[in-house]
Amino acid sequence: MASTSRWAGLGALAVFLAVLPQVLPNNYYVDVAVLAGFNAIVCVGLNLLIGYAGQISLGHAGFFGLGAYSSAILVTHYGWPPLAALLAGALLVGLLAFAIARPILKLKGHYLAMATLGIGIIISIVLNTEAQITGGPDGIAAGNFSLGGFELKGERAWYWVIAGLLLVTVWLATNLVDSPVGRALRALHGSEVGAEVVGVDTTRYKVLVFVVSAVIASIAGSLFAHYTSQLTPTKADFFKSIELVTMVVFGGMASTFGALVGAAFLTMLPQVLTVFEDYEPIILGGIMMGTMIFMPRGLVPTISAFLTRRRP
Amino acid sequence: MTTKSLKILASAAAVAFTATIGAAQAAEPIKIGAFLSATGPASFLGDPEKKVLEKYVAEFNKAGGVLGRKIELTLYDDAGAADKASSFVKRLIENDKVDVIVGGSTTGATMAAVPLVEAAGIPFISLAGAVVIVEPVKKWVFKTPHTDRMAAEKIFSDMKKKGITKYAMISENAGFGKSGHDETLKVQANYGMTLVADETYAPKDPDVTAQLTKIKNTAGVQAVINWGFGQSPAVVTKNYKQLGIAAPLYQSHGVASKDYIKLAGDAAEGVRLPAAGLVVANQLANSDMQKAVVVKFQKEYQADFKAEASTFAGHAYDGLQMALAAIQRAGGTDKAKVRDEIEKTQGYIGTGGTVHMSPTDHMGLNLTAFHMVEIKKGDFVLSD
Repeated sequence: MASTSRWAGLGALAVFLAVLPQVLPNNYYVDVAVLAGFNAIVCVGLNLLIGYAGQISLGHAGFFGLGAYSSAILVTHYGWPPLAALLAGALLVGLLAFAIARPILKLKGHYLAMATLGIGIIISIVLNTEAQITGGPDGIAAGNFSLGGFELKGERAWYWVIAGLLLVTVWLATNLVDSPVGRALRALHGSEVGAEVVGVDTTRYKVLVFVVSAVIASIAGSLFAHYTSQLTPTKADFFKSIELVTMVVFGGMASTFGALVGAAFLTMLPQVLTVFEDYEPIILGGIMMGTMIFMPRGLVPTISAFLTRRRP
Repeated sequence: MTTKSLKILASAAAVAFTATIGAAQAAEPIKIGAFLSATGPASFLGDPEKKVLEKYVAEFNKAGGVLGRKIELTLYDDAGAADKASSFVKRLIENDKVDVIVGGSTTGATMAAVPLVEAAGIPFISLAGAVVIVEPVKKWVFKTPHTDRMAAEKIFSDMKKKGITKYAMISENAGFGKSGHDETLKVQANYGMTLVADETYAPKDPDVTAQLTKIKNTAGVQAVINWGFGQSPAVVTKNYKQLGIAAPLYQSHGVASKDYIKLAGDAAEGVRLPAAGLVVANQLANSDMQKAVVVKFQKEYQADFKAEASTFAGHAYDGLQMALAAIQRAGGTDKAKVRDEIEKTQGYIGTGGTVHMSPTDHMGLNLTAFHMVEIKKGDFVLSD
C-alpha cells in the first residue's frame, strides 16, 4: 500500500517535471525552476534528518558550500575534471559529517542545534577569509560542467539534469523511509529511549542519516558551483541554513513531497513578491507566520489530511 | 463576392493590420532595466541611485519621453548580493526584455552581471567603481564612476606634493577594497612611493584597532590609505583617531557621501580624499564647465529628497543621461546601434566629469575629473 502510493507520487513528480519546461515562457522562469530544484534536492535530504530522525541541523548550507567550493577550487586551481571534483567534494563532506556526527549527535535539542550552527559558521568564515584559495567574499567562478567532451550549458540543459537528480533523490529518500532504516528513524523520532529499549542502535542510525543528508547537500552544491556564474560565500552562510530549515518546516516535516513543495514555494515567493517592492519582506513574513499558525504541520501534510478527511 | 475582390479585401486587411502593428511599435515604451543595492549593506549606494533613476525617468516622461516614446523603468533590489543580482539580470533580459541596463551598485553585483549581458548582447552601464569592469574592455559593458586606479593616482599626486614617499595601506578584503588595494600597488612606482605596511580587514569588522596598531608601530609611515566603502571606512577613521596616529589619513572616493562624515563624526576631521566635483558643487570655480551641471543637479536632488546628493546619486544620473542620449542618437532601441552610440559619447558633461568614450575606454573620464577634498568642520572642502 505504502509502496504503491510511493510510485504514484514519484510518477506524478516525473510527469510534472517533464511538462513544466513546455509551459514556462522563457529562460528566466527556467532559471527560477532550476534554483528551486537545487533547493529541493538539499531539502529532501535535510528532511530525512529533521522530519524523520527528529534531529535539527542549522549548518546544512555549510555542507552545500563545502561541496560547491571543493568543486570550484579543484576545477579552477588544480584542473580536475568536474565529475572527479564533485565526487571528491562528496567524499570530503561525507567524512567530515561522519567525524563530527558522533560527538555532535550525542547532544540533544538546543545543544545539537548550537553545535551544527557552529560548524556552519566555521565553514562560512573559512570560505570568507581564505581569499587566496576561495576568492573571499567576491567568490569564485567554477566554469561549465563538462563530462567526456560534453559541456553542460544553458538553463534548459541544466533543467533536465537537475530534474533527473531530483527524481533520483526523491526515490532514494522515499525508499529509505519505507525501509527498516526508516522505521528505526521514526521510532527514534517518537522516543529515543523507547527505540533503544526495543533494540534500535540509535546512534548508528542518526549518524547514517546525518551523513546521507550532508552528502546530498554537497553534491547539489558541487553542481550549483558550475551552474552559477559566480559562487559567493553567501550560499554557505547561516541565513542560507535557516532558509533550508524553513523550507522543510514550511512544506511539512516528515513528508518528502512537503520538502519539495516548501523548497519550490520559498524559492519562487521572493521573485513573485518583487512587485510589492519595499513591502516584500513584510508580506513574506506574513505568509510564513500565517502558514505556521494555521497549518502547524506544514503545507503538504495539512492539505493532504484535509483532502483524505473529506473523502468518504 | 468574386475571388478577386476577396483577394483585394484580404490584402487591404493585411496592410491595415501591418500598419496597426507599426504604429503600436512606434508607441512602444523604451525599456530601461536596473538592478541596484537599494537595501542591505550597500544601500548608501543603491538607495540614492534608485531615487535618481525614478525621479529622472518620471521627468523625461513628463517632457514627452525620448523619440516620442515613453520610458519604462524596471527596477530590482539585489540587496548587495551578487547571486541575487545575477538572477535579476536574467529576469531583466529574458522576461522584461529591456533595451538597456543601468545599474550594478557594487563591483560584485556588476561582475556577476557581466557574463550575462555579454552573452545576451545588451548595452549595460555599470555604476560601480573597480577598474576590472572596463579593463579589459568588454563589448557591451560601460561604467560611469571613476576607477579605483584613478583614485590611487590622485592620492599619490597629492602625497607627492606634500613630500610623502612611504605610506601604509589598510583595506577591505573584498570587492572594491581589494581591487583598490591591488591598483594602488600597480601605480605606486610611477609616483616613487613605497608601501611599508599592508593590512586588511573584513567589510563587517566592528573594530580594526589591531591592524591600525601594527601600522602605528611600523617605522617610517608618513601617510595611510584606506580602501573600503559603507561602514568600514568610518570604523577605520574612528579607530585611527582613538589611537592618535599622527600621519594624515587618506580615504578613497568610496566615502564621498555625507553619511560617512555622519558616521565617523569628529574623527573625520582632516581626512583627505579624491572626489568628483559634485560634493563640492558650490566651491567649484565659475570657469569650471562642470559647475552649472552639478549645481543644478544638487538643487534638484535636494528639493526632492531633502538631503545632499552623494556622488553615487550622480553616477546613476550620468548613466541614465548617457543611455538616453545614445538611444536618441541611434534613433531607436536597436541594441547594437545603442551600444555603438554609447561608445561614441563625446564631451558629455556629467556629475562625474567630462566623458570621452572610445572603443578602448568604456569609462571616458580622466584625472581632471577628480578634485582633492578635505573634511573640515563636518563638510567637504575643496583643497587642490
